[in-house]
Amino acid sequence: MPAVSKGDGMRGLAVFISDIRNCKSKEAEIKRINKELANIRSKFKGDKALDGYSKKKYVCKLLFIFLLGHDIDFGHMEAVNLLSSNKYTEKQIGYLFISVLVNSNSDLIRLINNGIKNDLASRNPTHMNLSLHCIANVGSREMAEAFAADIPRILVAGDTMDSVKQSAALCLLRLNRTSPDLVPMGEWTARVVHLLNDQHLGVVTSATSLITTLAQKSPDDFKTSVSLAIARLSRIVTSASIDLQDYTYYFVAAPWLSVKLLRLLQCYPPPEDGALRGRLTECLETILNKAQEPPKSKKVQHSNAKNAVLFEAIALIIHHDSEPTLLVRACNQLGQFLQHRETNLRYLALESMCTLASSEFSHEAVKTHIETVINALKTERDVSVRQRAVDLLYAMCDRSNAKQIVAEMLSYLETADYSIREEIVLKVAVLAEKYAVDYTWYVDTILNLIRVAGDQVSEEVWYRVIQIVINRDDVQGYAAKTVFEALQAPACHENLVKVGGYILGEFGNLIAGDSRSSPLVQFKLLHSKFHLCSVPTRALLLSAYIKFINLFPEVKATIQEVLRSDSQLRNADVELQQRAVEYLRLSTIASTDILATVLEEMPPFPERESSILAKLKRRKGPGNQPGAEEARQERERERERERSLNGSAEHREGGAAAAAKTSLYPSADLLGPTGSPPSTGGSLLVDVFSDSLQAGPAPLDLAPPNTAVSEDNFSRFICKNNGVLFENQLLQIGLKSEYRQNLGRIYVFFGNKTSNQFLDFSSTVNCPDLLKTNILQPPRPAAQCRPSVLTFSAEH
Amino acid sequence: MRFMLLFSRQGKLRLQKWYVPLGDQEKRRLGRELVQTILGRKAKMCSFLEWRDLKVVYKRYASLYFCCAIEEQDNELITLEVIHRYVELLDKYFGSVCELDIIFNFEKAYFILDEFLLGGEAQETSKKSVLKAIEQADQLQENIDFQMRLFPGVLVPNMASESSGLFQN
Repeated sequence: MPAVSKGDGMRGLAVFISDIRNCKSKEAEIKRINKELANIRSKFKGDKALDGYSKKKYVCKLLFIFLLGHDIDFGHMEAVNLLSSNKYTEKQIGYLFISVLVNSNSDLIRLINNGIKNDLASRNPTHMNLSLHCIANVGSREMAEAFAADIPRILVAGDTMDSVKQSAALCLLRLNRTSPDLVPMGEWTARVVHLLNDQHLGVVTSATSLITTLAQKSPDDFKTSVSLAIARLSRIVTSASIDLQDYTYYFVAAPWLSVKLLRLLQCYPPPEDGALRGRLTECLETILNKAQEPPKSKKVQHSNAKNAVLFEAIALIIHHDSEPTLLVRACNQLGQFLQHRETNLRYLALESMCTLASSEFSHEAVKTHIETVINALKTERDVSVRQRAVDLLYAMCDRSNAKQIVAEMLSYLETADYSIREEIVLKVAVLAEKYAVDYTWYVDTILNLIRVAGDQVSEEVWYRVIQIVINRDDVQGYAAKTVFEALQAPACHENLVKVGGYILGEFGNLIAGDSRSSPLVQFKLLHSKFHLCSVPTRALLLSAYIKFINLFPEVKATIQEVLRSDSQLRNADVELQQRAVEYLRLSTIASTDILATVLEEMPPFPERESSILAKLKRRKGPGNQPGAEEARQERERERERERSLNGSAEHREGGAAAAAKTSLYPSADLLGPTGSPPSTGGSLLVDVFSDSLQAGPAPLDLAPPNTAVSEDNFSRFICKNNGVLFENQLLQIGLKSEYRQNLGRIYVFFGNKTSNQFLDFSSTVNCPDLLKTNILQPPRPAAQCRPSVLTFSAEH
Repeated sequence: MRFMLLFSRQGKLRLQKWYVPLGDQEKRRLGRELVQTILGRKAKMCSFLEWRDLKVVYKRYASLYFCCAIEEQDNELITLEVIHRYVELLDKYFGSVCELDIIFNFEKAYFILDEFLLGGEAQETSKKSVLKAIEQADQLQENIDFQMRLFPGVLVPNMASESSGLFQN
């Protein structure tokens, strides 16, 4: 028991605590507590006014009960009463109670603030300290409103005691944290900076913390603190251990103050003044030198304090990022720590090196330690240390060591904790993409990733691999082959099925030549996984099937059979059912050309920032990432386009221009009610899905297309009114059209590209019967035989 | 510093000091989860861990775990020494402190902590100064009690005049 026995040792409290400790069960404890609460309640409500000692005792008991974890809903009033007592211990308990059980009752707050004000105004330092502690502990807005103006005054007043100055400084810091707007900058700021020169190191310590926080709010006000801080720091660092007396901690000179000064300096860029900068560099070099000296004491406290200053100094060096010699020295020092006996130091070294790796001066130096880090990854027993090692590998990765690092991270992933897997997956994906010279490696890496940690592979990752495969022609065949082989594994992850389904659907034709991966084999392989997958995957597979029908007519019948089965057509899930129905219908009624257009190969995706990077940056709040969302939206749009495009916008060349455009064609407002904004390049936005097209494509009895015309030209007119329809060395045919509601007008321009005149040029318009009734005005040439332009116009 | 917790090996909280405003439920939940996380760690593991978005520094002294949650930019090693300094202060004050002292004199533990750390930052790093401040506060109480015992019924003298000389540095 304490040697200093206090006359106020509350016996009742000690007895109560013993009782609680002796309770054999939770119920007994609760019973005892309730008994006591009832007792206290009756005492508080009782007629007899309680004396200070009893009040203190009961309030203390209430506090104890609260700290045990039970709710207390009374006693605040009594605690506030204790505040105004003259007895120090009573005040103390009162303040403790209200700091721990913060109450938002406005009357109570008023009373508390009154009590605090009285104590602040009293010239008694002990009482002032108590009240300042209370404000710092509670730091509520009401207190800030009441006292934020007074405390700076107390802080800089000449007659304030040192202990009070300390408390005032940190109290102000707390208020600034919770209500920064209520702490006004004033003329006191200059005086606060001056506190750095104070004789009393406790005051300097508190003032440094305060200035560090305030400097982040308004750096200009506290610029002058930099020179003072450097001066103070160099005095400490070069001092003999007896100089600082009690502020020396296990032979380290004022470690807390040194660390705080170094933190303060990190709020500002390196000083411009050459002399000042030189002094700071000297300081830092001294600190680095001391680390190399043999230790003055075997105690871990000594090494911890010394290294604390060292790590903070290194943090400052990294922050300034301006002195290459210091950076390299810091890197070497950290390198030594990487293999230190103590786990704590290895952990911190790995962490610090991460920041060092991003500096251009020291990046190379950091890379030299790669073997040590990889070794740490494999052998460290503490998972947090391994995690730091992974972070460091990620930071130090560049083109020269990318393959090695990714391989190491993959092998680590196989045994990693579940909690950290997702982050490692994202990191591997980012690295693989960033440093891939040969994209087959990238595809392999991602597929490996899915194999090893399929569950943690989020959508962004496999969207990205598909985007890249589609954008790069050279890797498409390889991707198809690899995915096909990977799918043959007996148990493959659903994400692999998704990726495989998509890639085979797009590029299965590239490997269809080989009999081992013939279309039927591919289909059977995909379908074998079908029933094991969730709904979104199945939806994706259905899309792949219709793509197969397009690519491989020979398996059409088989696939149609599958689509026709009840499990698809009557599937409980709406999406699957709709897809099955539509794809089946599409496969039966669309001609091969139309099907080919509808299921044309996916165009390259527009380049945009990797959504994986964005996700990695936002690890704490996984929400819908714009990149992925956009990609998903784009996919939705394209699917809709595929479904709704019924090929009615086919144009034929020659004189049959007028035939294609029907009055059923939608108006010129092409950005129809799909609602989604157009993306750059890439996808075409078409509102073709308007009601008037329900009749299906008009049975156009069209002349077989001239092979010179590419499909592209025709399909362009889905969303454009004007353009070149056909072009060769002799002739250019342009089309111009305009539409208003149910009326449309088409002009066809024939341009002579030669320098000779056309003779006997004529054009005809073939109108199939269906259209004839709709044509209001037969086509007529606007001009004849001029070498440049002939126009036909037709209106209907 | 965001908060400091002291708890036994069975997970009973002996002291909790919060430097951030949080609701009571929130505090209890955080405390429980952190206690479980730390108790689950093995002996030789590193004293630092990342938990939620905080860094946690902890050390075990006999049957008590001292655990501090600090912010991203705070220095871990110096926090370890903050813990050690606090233990030293308790030790000096109680004389060979043990968990029981902290249980039965919990309010003293809070007072000592307040003299050393305020608003989450160290305010006075000289051990002597902190202990002196606490002793003088206790002395203040003794004087009053002594006077009360000797002269019951006499009004307690005005504190201001008595204490103006006590805290000269």
